[in-house]
Amino acid sequence: MKIIVAGGGKVGSVLVRQLTEEGHEVTIIDKSGDVLENLMQEYDVISVQGNAASMEVLEEAGIRDADLLIAATDMDEVNLLTCLSANSLNPSLHTIARIRDHDYRSQALNMQELFNINMAINPEYQAAAEISRLLNFPGFFNIDTFAKGHVEIVSLRIKADSHLNGTRLNKMNDIVHSQVLVCAVQRNGSCIIPDGNFELKENDLLYITASTTNLTTLLKNLGIITKKIKSVLIAGGSLLSFYLAGILERRGMNVTLIEKDHDRCVELAELLKNTTIVEGDASSQSFLESEGFENFDALVTLTGLDELNIVMSLYGNYRKIPQIITKLSHAENNRMLDSLPLGSVISPKELVCNTIVRYVRAMQNKVGAAITIHRIADGQGEAIEFEVTEDTLNVGKPLKDLNIKPNILIASITKGDKNEIPSGNSAFHKGDRVIIVTTKTSGIRQLNDIFVS
Amino acid sequence: MNYKMIGKITAPILCIEVVFMIPALLIAQVNHDQNAVMAFTRTMIITLAVAGCLGLATRNAKKGFYAREGLVTTGLVWIVMSVLGCLPFYFSGEIPSFVDSLFETVSGFTTTGSSILTDVEKMSRGMLYWRSFTHWVGGMGVLVFLLAIVPLSGKNEGYTLHILRAESPGPSVGKLVPRMRQTAMILYMLYVILTVLDVLFLCAGGMPLFEAVCTAYGTAGTGGFGVKADSIAGYSPYLQNDTTVFMLLFGVNFSCYYLLLLKRVKDVLHDEELRTYVGIVLVSAILIAINIRGLYATLGETLRLAFFQVATIITTTGFATADFNQWPALSKTIMVLLMFCGACAGSTGGGIKVARLILLIKNFRRNMNQNLHPTQVTTIRMNGQKVDEKIVSNVSAYLIGYMGIIVVSFLLVSLDNFSLETNLTAVIATFNNIGPGLDMIGPTGNFSAFSDLSKLVLSFDMLAGRLEIFPIVILLSRSVWKK
Repeated sequence: MKIIVAGGGKVGSVLVRQLTEEGHEVTIIDKSGDVLENLMQEYDVISVQGNAASMEVLEEAGIRDADLLIAATDMDEVNLLTCLSANSLNPSLHTIARIRDHDYRSQALNMQELFNINMAINPEYQAAAEISRLLNFPGFFNIDTFAKGHVEIVSLRIKADSHLNGTRLNKMNDIVHSQVLVCAVQRNGSCIIPDGNFELKENDLLYITASTTNLTTLLKNLGIITKKIKSVLIAGGSLLSFYLAGILERRGMNVTLIEKDHDRCVELAELLKNTTIVEGDASSQSFLESEGFENFDALVTLTGLDELNIVMSLYGNYRKIPQIITKLSHAENNRMLDSLPLGSVISPKELVCNTIVRYVRAMQNKVGAAITIHRIADGQGEAIEFEVTEDTLNVGKPLKDLNIKPNILIASITKGDKNEIPSGNSAFHKGDRVIIVTTKTSGIRQLNDIFVS
Repeated sequence: MNYKMIGKITAPILCIEVVFMIPALLIAQVNHDQNAVMAFTRTMIITLAVAGCLGLATRNAKKGFYAREGLVTTGLVWIVMSVLGCLPFYFSGEIPSFVDSLFETVSGFTTTGSSILTDVEKMSRGMLYWRSFTHWVGGMGVLVFLLAIVPLSGKNEGYTLHILRAESPGPSVGKLVPRMRQTAMILYMLYVILTVLDVLFLCAGGMPLFEAVCTAYGTAGTGGFGVKADSIAGYSPYLQNDTTVFMLLFGVNFSCYYLLLLKRVKDVLHDEELRTYVGIVLVSAILIAINIRGLYATLGETLRLAFFQVATIITTTGFATADFNQWPALSKTIMVLLMFCGACAGSTGGGIKVARLILLIKNFRRNMNQNLHPTQVTTIRMNGQKVDEKIVSNVSAYLIGYMGIIVVSFLLVSLDNFSLETNLTAVIATFNNIGPGLDMIGPTGNFSAFSDLSKLVLSFDMLAGRLEIFPIVILLSRSVWKK
């Protein structure tokens, strides 16, 4: 597909990486020649220098034959204008615009219609929503959503005192009493697709499929966290912090937000009625202590500096704060950081890129192609969502009779609104959505690839 | 420096070279020339062996390929390719000396067209075909060919840009479409189409097919090896004019043709470089025609010869229809100046390139203005677009390197004690990939009298000129070879 990306900043560059990896023809527009040069040297793309909202520049970038435009410059207004100009040159174009200013949030839907935008993305809001979900189910490191939100894959680390330590998987349902399935285990840095005889050990990171409604039961029966999160400390007063504080406020949590800049504090205090805004330096330990650091149920580090976030999260872990979430903007794929107890790691640009990549895949709409791909276990495993079509083999046959390749697990079958954790007698039918979990090297591109031919 | 990756790219290039030799081998076979068949077979076996060893030794190459690897790869590939490509001439004994064979092959690949042969017509057909075909291969570049046919990298790598930049001529090389492979394919498609057109036009004018194909290769690569002792002079006026037109066409930036395919005619017509190029051709040819009036019988002949000679020199082809050694001083001077000028960036021609000259003049004018208004801030524009300061300073650096190489080579070649005109134009004609110079190496002469040292120096100049200095000169830098 021909895709034009306007803006080569954080989101733009991650997008270029993902989209070229998937084999699309990408043209990138940016005002800075240096940014373009760096991107051209790293990825197989072509570049146009200039203001993306200008029709002349868009023409030069080949807007007339393009299939999709993603406006991701750092100005919302430029993004909107870019989509408007682009649409006037090519009415059949799909457009995605980044709109993140909270002033426009309430009118986002109106603007989408007004400017004929197919999707509006807001990295900060999306990240805030993701963090709030993690805070809702404390104990999980990560939550990935599938099948329009009906199915989740959560990850969970086994501690020494866990009920699951030493359990074989086929005995697991006796402990958790709910319909869940362990679809992948990360042990000593490698990803294993387990079978029923697999024995769980301390420090394993489990990836578990469950329907959204079962998550709470799962948590309760595992007895990992008994306490609901009531008070949250947010470090940093960025836009993301503002969105997160707003969401948590509405959930009735006690939110404290630390910000260094006085003017920003005043601004936030005006906008957030029930949040305690504290002016101070979050990197100072004595200051944190004076705010009653160790009494918080959760710490979310969202300052603009990755290093500061890491240090604060480590300190939070040292002071035994139960739930820690760290935002990393640059170092998100750094294997070196895996060994550090940073809690859940959130990267807004990666989140928003995944959303866009999913949209692009849906646009392509190839028969049998994956609808969603989530990378799990540090990218060593993949959870892929497919739709069962008339071309799919073995429709309606019980799973126990199927001859499926090794290292592949059918993690979930969703029929309409109903989700089923599959057993040997389950079967899929046309129109169902199936989630496959596999190791990265398996090369599964279509649902039919999972069967032994 | 990622040596293994460099080797990994060189191996398939050598395989491509073997494939390129097959037509020449077949022609030798058809002509029952066992000597040439053996020479080609031996060369192909040696080349495949080298490629196999390289491939085996570098099969576990790590990723990591940046601008310097791109430059070094390009420089090395061209040298290795030339050394292996000269073996058929040497093995067959048709060119007895190894240095002569190397000179001839380098001259072929770099599309120079300078020859050490005293009698071209004595060469066997297979060898003649290979000699002309090296022009065609060198014109667009063998690495670009590799980019077009082999998916070198994963889908996600931009490093191929470094190769394109190192091998393609011009101050700022870019892609035509987002995918490098498609860019390279488009370039080669245009190249093939234009070459086939040239063959058709030549055949229509009554030229035998073999000669037409060889002449078209020489024209397409802007090389200049002919298959006749008198180059193009013996052919009919139609064939000469046809060659003039095609030489000029191959001297145009290929992205102009791509724009024409996209029906962006206006952009092409307003292209500053193209306009300047056409302007220079017209003005020079008319000046020369006025200067040489009376030497030839009719006005038509005078114009035909003037245009042909201007086209052959400005596009750095090097065919000949008239001995411009005999022309008046003004015409000779214009010819030498045109040697420096060269064709358009992104064409198959050599020389400094019209685009660089435009940038140099604009930069000079800006500096002049800054002397008058010291606080003035201006940018240099080309086709209305701002030109990056890095490119401007790169062009200046290029010019300094250009002058430096000419000075050193001139000194070394002077050891042979030929006339000043011969030595100077030998360096200029090889470095700018033109072919003939003045005096002893004029259109009717050749390079055979030079010593082996001079031939090697001139071979170096040809490579440095074709690859625009940096990829070759960087090989002399210590930091390339240091671990």
